[in-house]
Amino acid sequence: MDITGSTTGQLLKAMQSGSVSAVDVTQAYLDEISADGETIGAFLTVNSEGALAVATEVDRKRSRGEPLGRLAGLPVAVKDNICTKGLATTCASRMLENFVPPYDAHVTTQLLNADAVIIGKANLDEFAMGSSTENSALKVTRNPWDTDCTPGGSSGGSAAAVAARLAPLGVGSDTGGSIRQPASFCGVVGLKPTYGRVSRYGLIAFASSLDQIGSFATDVTGAALLLETLAGHDNRDSTSVDRPVPNYSATLEQPLTGLRVGVVSEFFGEGIDADVDTSVKAAIDVYRSLGAEVSEVSLPHTKYAVATYYLIACSEASSNLARYDGVHYGHRAEQFENMIDMYAASRAEGFGAEVKRRIMLGVFALSEGYSDQYYLKSLKVRRLIRNDFDLVFENVDVLAGPTCPTPAFRIGELVDDPLKMYLSDICTISANLAGIPGVSIPAGFSSDGLPIGMQLLAAPFEEETLLRAARMYERETDWHRKRPSLG
Amino acid sequence: MEFTPIIGLEVHVQLLTKSKLFCGCANFFNPDNPNVQTCPVCLGLPGSLPVMNREALRLSQKTAMALNLNLAHFTKWDRKQYYYPDLPKAYQISQFDLPFSYDGWVEVVLPSTGEVTRVRLIRAHLEEDAGKNIHDESGRGADSKVDLNRTGTPLLEIVTEPDIRSSEQARVFLEELRLLLRYIEVSDCNMQEGSLRCDANVNLHVQENGEAIPTPIVEVKNLNSFRGVEAAVEYEIKRQSKAWQTDHKRLGEVPKETRGWDAERGLTFAQRGKEDAADYRYFPDPDLVPVITTDEQFDEIRATLCVLPATRRTRYVKELGLSVYDAGVIVDQGREFADYFDEVSTVCGDGKQTANWLTQDVQRELNERKIQIGEFAIPAAVLGSVLQRIVNGDITIKSGRDVFTELLTRTDDGKNVSVESVDSIIANKGLGKEQDTGKIDAAIQTVIDNERNAKAVEDVRSGKHQAVGPLIGQVMRDLKGADPGSVRQMIIDKLMS
Amino acid sequence: MLSPEDVQKVATLARLKLSTEELQQVSRQLDGILDYVAVLNEVDVSNVEPMAHVADVANAFREDEVRASLPREESLSNAPKTDGKYFLVPQILETA
Repeated sequence: MDITGSTTGQLLKAMQSGSVSAVDVTQAYLDEISADGETIGAFLTVNSEGALAVATEVDRKRSRGEPLGRLAGLPVAVKDNICTKGLATTCASRMLENFVPPYDAHVTTQLLNADAVIIGKANLDEFAMGSSTENSALKVTRNPWDTDCTPGGSSGGSAAAVAARLAPLGVGSDTGGSIRQPASFCGVVGLKPTYGRVSRYGLIAFASSLDQIGSFATDVTGAALLLETLAGHDNRDSTSVDRPVPNYSATLEQPLTGLRVGVVSEFFGEGIDADVDTSVKAAIDVYRSLGAEVSEVSLPHTKYAVATYYLIACSEASSNLARYDGVHYGHRAEQFENMIDMYAASRAEGFGAEVKRRIMLGVFALSEGYSDQYYLKSLKVRRLIRNDFDLVFENVDVLAGPTCPTPAFRIGELVDDPLKMYLSDICTISANLAGIPGVSIPAGFSSDGLPIGMQLLAAPFEEETLLRAARMYERETDWHRKRPSLG
Repeated sequence: MEFTPIIGLEVHVQLLTKSKLFCGCANFFNPDNPNVQTCPVCLGLPGSLPVMNREALRLSQKTAMALNLNLAHFTKWDRKQYYYPDLPKAYQISQFDLPFSYDGWVEVVLPSTGEVTRVRLIRAHLEEDAGKNIHDESGRGADSKVDLNRTGTPLLEIVTEPDIRSSEQARVFLEELRLLLRYIEVSDCNMQEGSLRCDANVNLHVQENGEAIPTPIVEVKNLNSFRGVEAAVEYEIKRQSKAWQTDHKRLGEVPKETRGWDAERGLTFAQRGKEDAADYRYFPDPDLVPVITTDEQFDEIRATLCVLPATRRTRYVKELGLSVYDAGVIVDQGREFADYFDEVSTVCGDGKQTANWLTQDVQRELNERKIQIGEFAIPAAVLGSVLQRIVNGDITIKSGRDVFTELLTRTDDGKNVSVESVDSIIANKGLGKEQDTGKIDAAIQTVIDNERNAKAVEDVRSGKHQAVGPLIGQVMRDLKGADPGSVRQMIIDKLMS
Repeated sequence: MLSPEDVQKVATLARLKLSTEELQQVSRQLDGILDYVAVLNEVDVSNVEPMAHVADVANAFREDEVRASLPREESLSNAPKTDGKYFLVPQILETA
């Protein structure tokens, strides 16, 4: 069987039937990774030995008829800002290049308990700050559909790994679109759950009130299956919400009757690429053809979302990243005059330009005399943005639009223009500010052959609706079956 | 030069929880084993998250009630940001604009004048303690060491209004605060171990031409003994009054100064000013959620409060008739001692008798054994029973001491004693006073009739009353306990009639 | 416009040692971003409560129970400098 060409569902079935072993599956992906070399460069660490050991254990358990977790034997690429005990977790930063956590993130434990195989740690923008993975201090990751393009970011490594079939599943984190945007750029499914749905314990924080862990897969089924494993209450995360996790994959194939789809006019504004516009509108037509009620809706505060987002995210980041001072872990400069200078020199050497820029903005936005004008103001506008969503979800079940105004951009294209890079997040960041779930699903290709993603959003904790709506579309199309031709 | 010292205190108190404020690491003083009470959370490791210890909040709210503070139904956690090696996250989780309690007061009595003064409290808030930096004292510039065992210990910060007017009042306030916190069992307030720490803000209001001119405020940090607080404040008052005479600097004309206290040399010293003015950039901690407490929950906590020291002092004086001094001595010994006192005095029904015994006999035995009242082997009910018999006139005070001594002999042998032990000691030693005057009379007659006593009887009859002693002794022996005074009177009456 | 002093003050607060060129570049970029976020001035927030938390959660507590700490070796395992017992940092100066 073509292992790496299979979906998660096909792989699970094959392993259950015994036609392939978990070791076969893991080895096949490890072979793909080593064959790729640095062409895509999705991984910062390949966990060959650890992965094979888990796969062997899965096979052993299966042969003895012992109970197995729902992801038994499935390789997963885990974004390298999620702590894995004994396995380097770098955030793609010089600061944490040598950091080996003495503990597992909650989701890491969940994956291991589900008998998943952590095949490697995936590249990202340093500390998840970026939209192209170009801010990784450790590696370049390329878009499998065009290696001159970025895979998007910040979870570019996880998205590229799944797109290039280097892993059937990927775990990422989404602070302002960091799962959905690279999913869109790489032509895979990327799901950001409701804030509080997945424990953040062990996710190295960028912006605590916006960060949320989510899943990548080649299809909606895989993304749903992975979410079932990741989600759930964890008393080590105070913001984790204590409510039951629905069996998403069980209801996935049931179409939603009377589905109401809202089309956000603000997401089709100025700057949208013509191919994206056409593809997403065509995708929305598919919902019409399936009998959904499609209406245009407005989220009037959308134009303030990017500003609000950057103020909140950077303020929180400036605080979250203050701990990297070269004392208890992380990089310490070799040359310094005294302790304070040691802090400043270590941080200057350990952080890349984008991280420094955001720390500077955040420190400024929280500083005396400015915090009311910037930080506090942004918290108020955040509420207005949330209110917009609450209002529209009274009348629609899901919102549909482009995940990103453009397909993948070229490596280096936006590096020198941070603001333009920030503005490319316009369609995704509102969901983080409002804390609602969102998914990006493949919805076509540009004239240059680059994938285009459609984003669906739903009300808080309506992941089931979101996934069923996504699957309704996916059944009617075969975009998700397309594979990049590599090498 | 005429001036009034203006003093405000910031007191930090570590709470007696089993575990730390935001993680499950053990909360106890352990300086000899550095960095063993640490985990991803209190190390501030990337990805770790804090979760609030319910008991720490409960103890804080209980404290606020005892300090007459108002309690907030809604409170939240903020980050206070600064860099220091003992603060691994580079921010302290604290409370900024919405502390869990505000506007309270503590009443203290000044020993020098007996004056009752009220020190108002601005607020009390809960925060996490930092770790400990150990500096190289050799002067060779070796590295400083960082121990994070203490990091994340629940810490209550109590801030007073600048209501304190003397170093004595500062010390007495702190002593009263410690007593109170120990009574309600929220902290052991051990200043040597740092579970009670104090900073003092001191300045003067100088009277000049009918105007009160405030001098610059100085913060004296890290006062770790009651004597230190008193001495440091006294030193600052003198230093500042001299400074005023030379430089005439007013409040606002120089930046606020932070000084340290050198206990050995008995002086304060300027600490290096921070290179950049502090800007803590407080903001709500996104990793923690707000806390909402209902009135019912407050009532439940209030129900766990014991009778507070000030209330007890008043009651002992007004209801039990103790002197102010004795009431103070008993209450200041601490909650266990006062509880013991309460139980003994309830059983025997005489507060003064109880006070005498506790401040003398019991205190002496505790001192000899170098133990606290909690380790004292005679239960309050048993001592109460002994005193009750004295109060009722069943035994003499001297017999009571004999019983007490015998009880101690037994407990020192590791035996338990009970009210029944008191009965048996009195019976065996014949310490019970004979109340039957007929029996006493008969015993006296027997002794008088004994020929061996003929000389003594004659001496008494001839007016040598001191000769009655041996006769009393024989009567008492025969009776196995009687009131020696009345026996003496009865013998004299009989012989002189 | 932020003055070079403003930006240096922020860098000091942020504990970032920036070269003159970096300061100038960051200064320009911050100015650009601040220009952009000024768009928020358009929004009337006079009756809006700030939203610090998006999840509707309050009173998340843990019970006061002691959990195992990390072995010291693991606590110190990522530290740049230790003596096996303590984290070590350059001497901290407390006095003038």
